[in-house]
Amino acid sequence: MEYVLGILVLSAINLIAVLGLSILTGFTGLFSFGHAGFMAIGAYVAAIFTARLHLPFEVALIAAGIAAGIVSVALGRLTLKLKGDYFCIATMGFGEAVRLLLNNWKWVGGARGWESIPKFEGPQFILPFVVAALAVVFSWNLVNSRQGRNLVAVREEELAAQMSGINVLHSKMTALIVSAVLAGIAGALMANFIGFIAPKSFNMQKSTELIIIVIFGGLGSISGSVVGALLLTALPEVFRAFSDWRLVFYGLAVIIIMVGRPQGLMGGIELTPSGVRKALAARRTRAEFAKISAADTPTDADSPVDGGSK
Amino acid sequence: MAQEPARGDSFRVQTKGGAMAQFLQQLINGISIGSIYALMAVGYSLVYSIMNFSNFAHGSVIMLGAYFGFFAMKFLGAAFPVAFLLAALGSALVAVILERLAYKPLRDRNAPFLYFIITAMGASIFIDNFVIATIGPTPKMYPQIFEQAPIILGELAIGRIDLAMFVISAVCLVALIIFIDHTKMGKAIQATAYNMKASALMGINTNFVIVLVFAIGGGLAGIAGVLYGMKYQVYPQIGNITMKSFIAAVFGGLGSLPGALIGALLLGLIETMVSGYLSTQYRDLIAFIILIAMLVVRPTGIMGKNAEEKA
Repeated sequence: MEYVLGILVLSAINLIAVLGLSILTGFTGLFSFGHAGFMAIGAYVAAIFTARLHLPFEVALIAAGIAAGIVSVALGRLTLKLKGDYFCIATMGFGEAVRLLLNNWKWVGGARGWESIPKFEGPQFILPFVVAALAVVFSWNLVNSRQGRNLVAVREEELAAQMSGINVLHSKMTALIVSAVLAGIAGALMANFIGFIAPKSFNMQKSTELIIIVIFGGLGSISGSVVGALLLTALPEVFRAFSDWRLVFYGLAVIIIMVGRPQGLMGGIELTPSGVRKALAARRTRAEFAKISAADTPTDADSPVDGGSK
Repeated sequence: MAQEPARGDSFRVQTKGGAMAQFLQQLINGISIGSIYALMAVGYSLVYSIMNFSNFAHGSVIMLGAYFGFFAMKFLGAAFPVAFLLAALGSALVAVILERLAYKPLRDRNAPFLYFIITAMGASIFIDNFVIATIGPTPKMYPQIFEQAPIILGELAIGRIDLAMFVISAVCLVALIIFIDHTKMGKAIQATAYNMKASALMGINTNFVIVLVFAIGGGLAGIAGVLYGMKYQVYPQIGNITMKSFIAAVFGGLGSLPGALIGALLLGLIETMVSGYLSTQYRDLIAFIILIAMLVVRPTGIMGKNAEEKA
């Protein structure tokens, strides 16, 4: 029972970080290799608050989110004007810089990590689930708000979005801050759930694993991210024996998804009655359209959301 | 996942000479490691100049090159130059296969830039972990080819392997520059980098150019991998040092070959100076901080051109 509960808690924690990244990458089209850095900031801030200042978990959680958010504002100011690859490389540099800083900071344990951080006990295990639920509701409302539609517009065509009066930089900044705060909160929960943190838990592999979950779930789908996070956190536990091959399959699957079904597991389709209805309607329209226009127009998967919204 | 072995230098002779000699020693070490960064950064930058996306799988190709060279020497008993050739060919082949299987379908579909990066990341995860799952995470030592004893020049000590790294890299890079500047295929590469559509209309087979560029980048990556493996060790996370080649390329300006070259040498020098005069622990940290500073101050890099594309 404890084991299952542990996996569920980890799923919830991963889900929180993945939701943020889903908003940033899936909805806004910004690719980050450095979100483990934000998780690390959250984890270490929470550890300092609980282990050194002896404050309650809830306070540490909020502080972790705020800290990650502040850092993201600074990072965004510096890098959000950069395009595509430059932003990627900058986030990669950021993530690694955070990890290396922590490696050299003896007061928080340095490279060997920090043990004996206060852990959740008894009913406190509910905290990650509550936060995850809140994060889902928040993300859902965000992407369905005016602000969320702005994000999608920025992803689809930045120039056109700008011409329609959307403040592109502001939208990107919003997405980055939201994703960083969520990653920071996830990191804080992780620190207090496991009771041990080390810089190497927040390396680039952690960042890419989060991205992989977003891609599996589908770019531009909140429910996809939820399903992806639950599935991809639990599956490795089931297939323990193949743990060496887990990432081999992930890598292969990412390529296959991008080449074959870029919208991912759910891509653009949301798991709600209206979402499913919309998706089915879209499928019907597409079938009719295919009948009318002779099949010489190649299906262009230009948009990650060519499943539902069109 | 296995820990990356500490990149402790196999040997670094401490000269007893004065401050000047020490500085020159650091300079030599810096140029030697910088020349490997240059091999990696040039291949990466070349692909970027044509495809306009960061091939994040470049590091995995470098890692495979190191393994190809290692196996060629260890099991085929290949001589040192043959091992180089095999590693270069093998890596070039992997890079081309990657292009054909993973990137070409995306190109054909005109997929957004984001998909290329994600696919490259997937390929990198796949290759790295495939090697971990099959060959295993333990670092392997290359058979010793060069004598450990360095060449002594007055107060300076030059490692034989360092010298080989510099000479081989320099030869490869000069050959590449001659190829790009003075052959028809090189001109085709330049034209395609400038404007792919127009080049295609002018009768350049851009598909072939793309394959060629991946093959060249892969080949250089293979050679860099062997050199790096010889100086240190071979392990599945070697690819992580391509981060250095990304940094080098950004220093010099993404997509610019001379830029990548200068950026790589500069990075090598900065790193050895930091580890020589400050501390080895801060070497990578300072490299990343300079990277972000560079992106903020001059995102187009030292040799960068069209600013509007990036800013």
